[in-house]
Amino acid sequence: MSRNWAFLSNYFIYSAMAVYTLSFFAHAVETAWAVRITTEDSQQKLDYKRTEKVARIATAMMILGFIFLVVGVIARGISAGRVPWGNMYEFSITGAMAFCGAYLAALRKYDLRWLGLLVSIAVLLTLGTAVAVLYRPSAPLVPALKSTWLIIHVSAAIISGGVFLLANTVAAAYLYLDSMEAKGERTAWAKRLPSLEVLDQLSYRLVAFVFPLWTFAVIAGAIWAESAWGRYWGWDPKETWAFITWVAYAAYLHARVTVGWRGRKAAWLCLFAGSTFLFNYVYVNIWGTGKHTYSGL
Amino acid sequence: MSQEIELPELGSVGLIRYSWRQLTSMRTALILLLLLGLAAIPGSIIPQRTQNPMKVSDYFKNSPDLSKWMDKFSLFDVYGSPWFSAIYILLFISLIGCVLPRTFEHFHAARALPPLTPKNLDRLEHYSTWEVNGNELAQARVWFKSKRFRVVEKDGAISAEKGYTRETGNLLFHLALILILLGISFSSLFGMRGETILNVGERFVNTPTSYDSLQYGKLFKEGKLKTFAITVDKFDAKYNVETNAPEDYTLKVSFAQDDLTKSTEKIIKVNSPLTIGNTKVYLQANGYSPIVTVRDSKGNVALQGPIPFLPQDANLRSIGAIKVPDADPQIGFVGSFVPTYARSNGNGAISVFPEALDPRLLLSAWIGDLGLDSGVPQSVYRIDTSKMKTVGLKSLKPGEIFTYPQGSITFEGYQQWVNLQIVDDPGKNFALLGGIVAILGLLASLFTRRRRIWIRVGDSVEVAGLAKNAAPGLEIEMAEFVKMLKGEK
Repeated sequence: MSRNWAFLSNYFIYSAMAVYTLSFFAHAVETAWAVRITTEDSQQKLDYKRTEKVARIATAMMILGFIFLVVGVIARGISAGRVPWGNMYEFSITGAMAFCGAYLAALRKYDLRWLGLLVSIAVLLTLGTAVAVLYRPSAPLVPALKSTWLIIHVSAAIISGGVFLLANTVAAAYLYLDSMEAKGERTAWAKRLPSLEVLDQLSYRLVAFVFPLWTFAVIAGAIWAESAWGRYWGWDPKETWAFITWVAYAAYLHARVTVGWRGRKAAWLCLFAGSTFLFNYVYVNIWGTGKHTYSGL
Repeated sequence: MSQEIELPELGSVGLIRYSWRQLTSMRTALILLLLLGLAAIPGSIIPQRTQNPMKVSDYFKNSPDLSKWMDKFSLFDVYGSPWFSAIYILLFISLIGCVLPRTFEHFHAARALPPLTPKNLDRLEHYSTWEVNGNELAQARVWFKSKRFRVVEKDGAISAEKGYTRETGNLLFHLALILILLGISFSSLFGMRGETILNVGERFVNTPTSYDSLQYGKLFKEGKLKTFAITVDKFDAKYNVETNAPEDYTLKVSFAQDDLTKSTEKIIKVNSPLTIGNTKVYLQANGYSPIVTVRDSKGNVALQGPIPFLPQDANLRSIGAIKVPDADPQIGFVGSFVPTYARSNGNGAISVFPEALDPRLLLSAWIGDLGLDSGVPQSVYRIDTSKMKTVGLKSLKPGEIFTYPQGSITFEGYQQWVNLQIVDDPGKNFALLGGIVAILGLLASLFTRRRRIWIRVGDSVEVAGLAKNAAPGLEIEMAEFVKMLKGEK
């Protein structure tokens, strides 16, 4: 019974990867051939209609992939009889789901389809690593993880991570377009992307939106640590890096709101803060020692 | 010709005032905040005494010169080091210097009325104007009231303001951080934390001497240790047969309080400690204690009982030391216990499952000077064999005897041990309260918008609005306001 669910989960994760690959190609086609430049009366005209259909397919695939991921994650949870956040494979598939979900949610409000290429690459890489390197058979939790706080703490951390990474992607796009504009004007395909001001605001809003959730994730972790390990804060490597991420984003928010940083400086600080989160996930889980490292990653 | 440049005299008061202003400036706070993040990094990479003392001593063994230098800069105690403390203390002083004046200011501002309507509304954002066609001023008054704006009305104009919660939240968040820091300091002054290893069947009485390690806060009074006793009745560990990972640890104890006469059964698990008021007893670790009997050459018992061994891997291959200082010459055994024995090429004996299905005790016997009298603290799990010589090696099954020229050792069987951590943390509730207030304050400050709306009704109706920090959403609110005034649906 639980095996069947685990297999089902794997099928859905594989299918999600296939669908994301399609989404990736569709986004790539759209990025490469989106613009038709025609010259009329010695005036350049940019036409973006040509790839409208491909773009819609790309987003549809993204949504389908997200649904597959949701089913895959839930089936994984059912197979183990718990929330699917017991090891790094499970964090990775849930993290990919959160990242994609954050993108789709932001897509409803902002015209972010151009970001799809980056998002699909990131999701594919995450899922690929998860399946190829991190896969572990579905198993019950180790005693330290058996707590309601697992659901609260880890879900808050994963959602925060997804949104932080989205903010990072937007900040990276900002820096890329900014350097393009500094050299001259944007190339034809980049012309329809949002203005620098919009990107700048967007990455700020994503961070401001999710910073309280991250604070909550850290505090929930502390409450759990108090009942599992006998102290709410012990400078365990994972705790230390969660704190560093928190401090970095706090500095980012202060720099923007109080000191008035905008644009390039703010984008770099945002990237720095986001990279401390990624470092925490990769370094501390794989090479670090401490209480957050559980057997078999 | 030389000309003396006259600098204005700063004076000591001026200097203090200048430094205070520098320290409490936002730029300094920002730098301190980033510094705090950077300063936290080395502690996550270099082993720390508070978390992993064994690794620190390995570090000292492997590179003694470098370690000595690193120790001078407290790199093995980063989070208690003077430089780390200096950063966060300066940061908190800067924070207090910034937040307290703002709190008073906000307290006054919160009771003050919004500023009067400016003369030239048409210079402001979100301006619109139209012919008077009803009682717009009265409608506006009702609308402002229903939306809980603060208003001031004068000469046919209303000035309304909303969103003080933003600053309230912001200040609460920062004050809550101070509360968290106070909670942490309170705990470190008045708290205690100790550890003890108990074999199943043993009894622990809560007195300072019962602990294997014990740390007090500077102001903790020894008499404050609660009177209680814990007897370890049973310890159950369940493992997954496919992954070998632990699934459940259950510890059954008899717990007695006050005069220690009446005892009750209690269960301690990893996520549910035993709570006695402010004191909690946690199940932290567990392992195996091989039970041995050491006899001298005449057959007299020199040592008998369970000796806790330290687990080395997920399958609980454990290492330990059996020391017999009273023997002449002194005898020591460097041991390794495997709960489920298997041989591997290259590694010798390994354990393939954490449960004791086929236990073995592998011993090497050493005679000579154990070095216990040298005054240098020693690990109970290790033996310094530099002044000893080996007299034999043996792998034992339960019940088997290893005989060497100076005597014998019998592997009687094994017992399980548990490591209990006992913590009294009186400040944690302040820290928790601080955490909750911090989140609420953060939500209030990040999601409230502070804005002003004005309306003047004279020959025509004029409205305008202003959002602080260019917060979004005022356009929509203004549009709604205008629609309402014009009576459109």
